[in-house]
Amino acid sequence: MGDPRWRGRQRPSRYSALALLRHGVAGSPWPPAWRTHELEQSYDVVIVGGGIHGLATAYYLARNHGITKVAVLDKGYLGGGGSGRNTAILRSNYLTPEGVAFYDRSLELYRGLAADLNFNVMFSRRGHLTLAHSDTSLRTMRWRAEVNKVSGVDSEVIDPDDVKRLVPEMDTTDEARYPILGALYHPPGGTIRHDAVVWGYARAADSLGAHLHQDTEVTGIDVSGGRVRGVRTTRGDVAAPVVVNATAGWATLVADMAGVRLPVQTFPLQAAVTEPVKPFLRTVVVSGTLHVYVSQTARGELVFGASVDPFASYSTRGSLEFTEGLAGHVLQLMPSLAKMRLLRQWAGLCDMTPDFAPIMGHTEVDGFLLDVGWGTYGFKAGPVAGETMAECVATGRAPQLISSFGLDRFAQGHLVGEKGAAAVGH
Amino acid sequence: MILLPCPWCGPRDADEFGYVGEMGARPDPRTTTPTQWRDYLYLRRNVAGWTSERWYHRAGCRRYLVVERDTMTNEVRPHPSQPGTIDR
Repeated sequence: MGDPRWRGRQRPSRYSALALLRHGVAGSPWPPAWRTHELEQSYDVVIVGGGIHGLATAYYLARNHGITKVAVLDKGYLGGGGSGRNTAILRSNYLTPEGVAFYDRSLELYRGLAADLNFNVMFSRRGHLTLAHSDTSLRTMRWRAEVNKVSGVDSEVIDPDDVKRLVPEMDTTDEARYPILGALYHPPGGTIRHDAVVWGYARAADSLGAHLHQDTEVTGIDVSGGRVRGVRTTRGDVAAPVVVNATAGWATLVADMAGVRLPVQTFPLQAAVTEPVKPFLRTVVVSGTLHVYVSQTARGELVFGASVDPFASYSTRGSLEFTEGLAGHVLQLMPSLAKMRLLRQWAGLCDMTPDFAPIMGHTEVDGFLLDVGWGTYGFKAGPVAGETMAECVATGRAPQLISSFGLDRFAQGHLVGEKGAAAVGH
Repeated sequence: MILLPCPWCGPRDADEFGYVGEMGARPDPRTTTPTQWRDYLYLRRNVAGWTSERWYHRAGCRRYLVVERDTMTNEVRPHPSQPGTIDR
């Protein structure tokens, strides 16, 4: 990515069918999607964490607010954390009005993202099914559907016959261990290519002037007189009046550097992918009771995700218990998958908060902002988190959309209670 | 498989246990302020490395125990305060 020929050039060439043809015919190399820079001694804004959230914040800071002296620091490579480990599912059928409004804005941004960033992010609207296996969960689905409809989000409870029509492979008989009683159907839900989202935001933020620094680990945050002064990194010190913690998995450790304590516990969430097969599963299928969600990628692989592991850990090693449980649960839903083989499995780190809602906005340290606590729902919120955090930095105030997600809600007892999150068995 | 050293049952599969969480001193409800109480309820050190934590042996002796665990590697060792740890 650090091609010196590209240094100093303002905008990369636009990606288009014509450009593809020209490069294809001439065989000329594509310029790198983003540049590398020397680490400067001061920036207006330093963003810790080069995932979707950090990069989107940098992009919207430049595009919406004209703030371009911005550095995004990542200890590894861009999108190597939660951004590259999620199961790339998008939806906005949450349970609280705050959650619905927030995730619906994110879905709206995702829908227009390819045109906005001039990068094919492969958004695929394919419908999202949340299965109900008990009267209680059917009641929750009805509740969610009504909350969604009031907020203008397309969401409806459907019966097992409709489920069978959408996914013929599904076992909707009464003989199943957990018979399917109905489902919450959310047509606007879908999937997207998560790496492309990272690269698209990185390329767009870079072209607007933000500096993206990979392999740059933040080792300390300087705070004096109740104000943040800058960060110390493995590549030198940087002065900055604003530092945004946009990390996942490491949110507590980065906040500790600024002396801010968080109500966060980090849990691994494991996922797995099968060998590719012909497309047969159009819809995204989720079962809270069986703790599993399934979707088929454009390549034909089935992607499976689970709920978080039963105990807190920073270890991303897979476990046999997960694979065994996952296989059993998937086969209860779709017995015809019995002969499919898993290709690989991995884990990502989820920073869980007590109320399954994120922590966003200002802290008791002036200039130290949080965009953390993203639990199992960080990926689908990436664009709206970037947009609102950028506004928060630019105006000094948390916008309406995130006003209920502040860190002070825990001391005041105003928890959000988002039971529509993936980790909640309901 | 992760083995937890139960002081009463010996090393057992972590699947048998319920995870309670990191150790914290409970403030006295009669004298604590709402802020202190909520700090106790919600704030976590969330250590990356060795930490002391409580587990519940739900599919065994149904007693609470304390272990030390490295949260980066999931290596486990008995907590020094835990009496009568047996090694079967």
